[in-house]
Amino acid sequence: MTIEIKTSTLEPVRNTFANIERRFGDKPASRYQEATYDLQAETNFHYRPLWQPEFELNDKNRTKIVMEDWYALKDPRQFYYGAYVQQRAKMQEAAESSYGFFEKRNLADYLSDDVKNLLITYLIPLRHIENTANLNNMYGCAFGYGTAITQALLYNAMDRLGIAQYLSRIGLMIDGNTGQSLIESKQHWMENPAWQGMRALCEEMTTVEDWFEVVLAQNLVMDTLIFNLFYEQLDGKLSAMGGRDIAMLTEFMQAWNKDVSKWFDSVLKTVVSESDENKALLHAWTEKWQAKTLEALRPAIKELLEPEALDLAVAELEKRIKKAGIKA
Amino acid sequence: MSAKKLNLKDKYRLLTRDLDWEYSYADRKKAFPYEEFEGIKITDWSKWEDPFRLTMDAYWKYQAEKEKKLYAIFDAFAQNNGHLNVTDARYVNAIKIFLTGVSPLEYQAYQGYAHVGRQFGGAGARVACQMQSIDELRHVQTQIHAMSHYNKYFDGFQDWTHMHDRVWYLSVPKSFFDDARSAGPFEFLIAISFSFEYVLTNLLFVPFMSGAAHNGDMATCTFGFSAQSDEARHMTLGLEIIKFLLEQHEDNVPIVQKWIDKWFWRGTRLLSIVAMMMDYMLPNKVMSWKEAWEVYFEEAGGALFKDLARYGIRMPKFVETTEKEKEHISHQAWWIFYNYGHAAGFHTWIPSDEEMDWLSEKYPDTFDKYYRPRWELAKKMEAEGKRFYSQALPQLCTTCQIPMGFTEMDDPTQIAYRSSDYEGEKYHFCSDGCKHIFDQEPEKYVQSWLPVHQIYQGNCGGASVEEVLRDYYKLNLGADNLDIKGSPDEQRWKEWKGVA
Repeated sequence: MTIEIKTSTLEPVRNTFANIERRFGDKPASRYQEATYDLQAETNFHYRPLWQPEFELNDKNRTKIVMEDWYALKDPRQFYYGAYVQQRAKMQEAAESSYGFFEKRNLADYLSDDVKNLLITYLIPLRHIENTANLNNMYGCAFGYGTAITQALLYNAMDRLGIAQYLSRIGLMIDGNTGQSLIESKQHWMENPAWQGMRALCEEMTTVEDWFEVVLAQNLVMDTLIFNLFYEQLDGKLSAMGGRDIAMLTEFMQAWNKDVSKWFDSVLKTVVSESDENKALLHAWTEKWQAKTLEALRPAIKELLEPEALDLAVAELEKRIKKAGIKA
Repeated sequence: MSAKKLNLKDKYRLLTRDLDWEYSYADRKKAFPYEEFEGIKITDWSKWEDPFRLTMDAYWKYQAEKEKKLYAIFDAFAQNNGHLNVTDARYVNAIKIFLTGVSPLEYQAYQGYAHVGRQFGGAGARVACQMQSIDELRHVQTQIHAMSHYNKYFDGFQDWTHMHDRVWYLSVPKSFFDDARSAGPFEFLIAISFSFEYVLTNLLFVPFMSGAAHNGDMATCTFGFSAQSDEARHMTLGLEIIKFLLEQHEDNVPIVQKWIDKWFWRGTRLLSIVAMMMDYMLPNKVMSWKEAWEVYFEEAGGALFKDLARYGIRMPKFVETTEKEKEHISHQAWWIFYNYGHAAGFHTWIPSDEEMDWLSEKYPDTFDKYYRPRWELAKKMEAEGKRFYSQALPQLCTTCQIPMGFTEMDDPTQIAYRSSDYEGEKYHFCSDGCKHIFDQEPEKYVQSWLPVHQIYQGNCGGASVEEVLRDYYKLNLGADNLDIKGSPDEQRWKEWKGVA
């Protein structure tokens, strides 16, 4: 049996905002639609930026990618701010409980020095790569076009700061909250020959001008390789070394990677299907950054994982490239 | 290990700015290229004091809790036809101005903070700006969702983003933020974080939100409460940036002073729209504009500038003009809109007798002397069926872009005109403050997209004003514009309330 509360209904004058109606017709709209489409100013800018007088404040020409409608790059997760923070809050709640459990049971005490060293040398330095990812996604957010893509890039940038902070917390848990492990791991990042290629690459990425290129280099190429190598393959190795519990602390990153891949794959697919020129650009950029990233990763991976590790990671990347239609 | 356990400050440093490093392979100036051209000298970014310490996990958690509550109220508001609880249909016009004039600025703030949140070389400042960027995105989106229900029942909300890019009076807020975003990163922070968020926010955000609270608008007022803790963070960033710049190098002092002078005046001009909203548009008044100015600027701002004096910072230029303007500005601004009510995307009206008495009481030195006679005349003409609208397009101030309707503050019967010559052209201004701003950066302000000039140049569609309003602005003529009397808004309101 159902009960029905009688409410007074007033006939609305319109179902949604006019811009949403022009796009999707006269019907009730979702919160994602009303909070996303056409928010960014399109025309009649008053002054050229002092810092880039060759462009308007909002300008489609900050990338070589051409889209008839930049709002075509919608987010399949339908993240507007409220949806985004609520989803991440759920993930952080799970992470908090894992980190809490790890601390409460003093699981760090059961890690061998070998495992601790490996974390300090190879896992915790990823916080600096996440810092670069934060910068690169902020760059895309600031110079990108249209709320659909720029808001998702901002969420991504903030996520990267969050991941860098989780990685730092792993360090603080194994060093008894002194920060010593972070100092050591930064030393590796700054001086260990195994990392210098990656550090040089991260520095180079923050000087790339085309925002879509840098976002692609980061979110497709580098992320696919890094997440496969350091969160999947390394996970196996840590288990074998008696460091299985670390997986509790990197579960956030794994779940996160699934979530954003879904979004970014869909963005790439839309950009590719827009034109052959876009497809060719994405192809060229993917090749360029794949070669650079592999080269940069090789020394660290050689120390850390089996000889075929890079090939396995590349296969994962090739799968995504193919799925997006960048390569036949 | 023998090292000491970390305190909170050091821990936060490790979780934010320690993620960054000194570059050795790429040129760091190429990665952060905009830090030097404004002449600001940063000798040591590590002296930056984090204005707040919030890690991302805590941010997600707190903000998600806030959103959950906020959206529960939005849902309840819509389900229960919450729009019926506002004082009367006139009130809704205040939030039409908010959605078309202010929400797009929240969007620009999101963009501006994203830009500086990428471009500052100091990671501490960067992270603080990134958090403000995402907060500002929150604000524009929650404002849209708060107004979404009003849009279904009232006219004038529906094309807010299209309007913001085009409509004549909305070029006032738009040019304000375009000005800040097109400036260098340090000027942007002095403009928005300090001059705006810290010094003037109590005169923009708070009046709208208090107006909502006093007029039964639960959606807007709940949004306002929910945004309060974000705003508090933003204000601490404003205070930190000014202290940081002034402490970094003495050469920064005159540059910062110049920006404070500019943005204070730019801000007061923008606030004239809030002034008229408070004095004329709220059926239930919060306080008069003059009172708000005295409490929030003269008292609070006065104390702040006393504090800053030790760095060599003085009160903003033209502050003495604002002391006189607080008596006049709201009346003159509403009069401008009453005159051009056919070209506005919201309704205008003559204040009621009770409201005029309130204005007399709040403005004993000016209202009866200068402004009541105008409204009495307008009332008489309206009673004779001759509600008038000015047909000629007004001249606009090149800097603030408000129609030239403000007077000399020592002689409120005389419209103020100022002008400057630049490269063989004459430019017009509403005040000494606006002229001064132009004279400092003429190459910037000659670019202004002045709506009236653009109409005359044929860049806004049709030849007649009506065509511009209908086709270029996309106003629904006869519904969005004109007097509240006889408007569809008013008719529907009467039907809902069952009054004749």
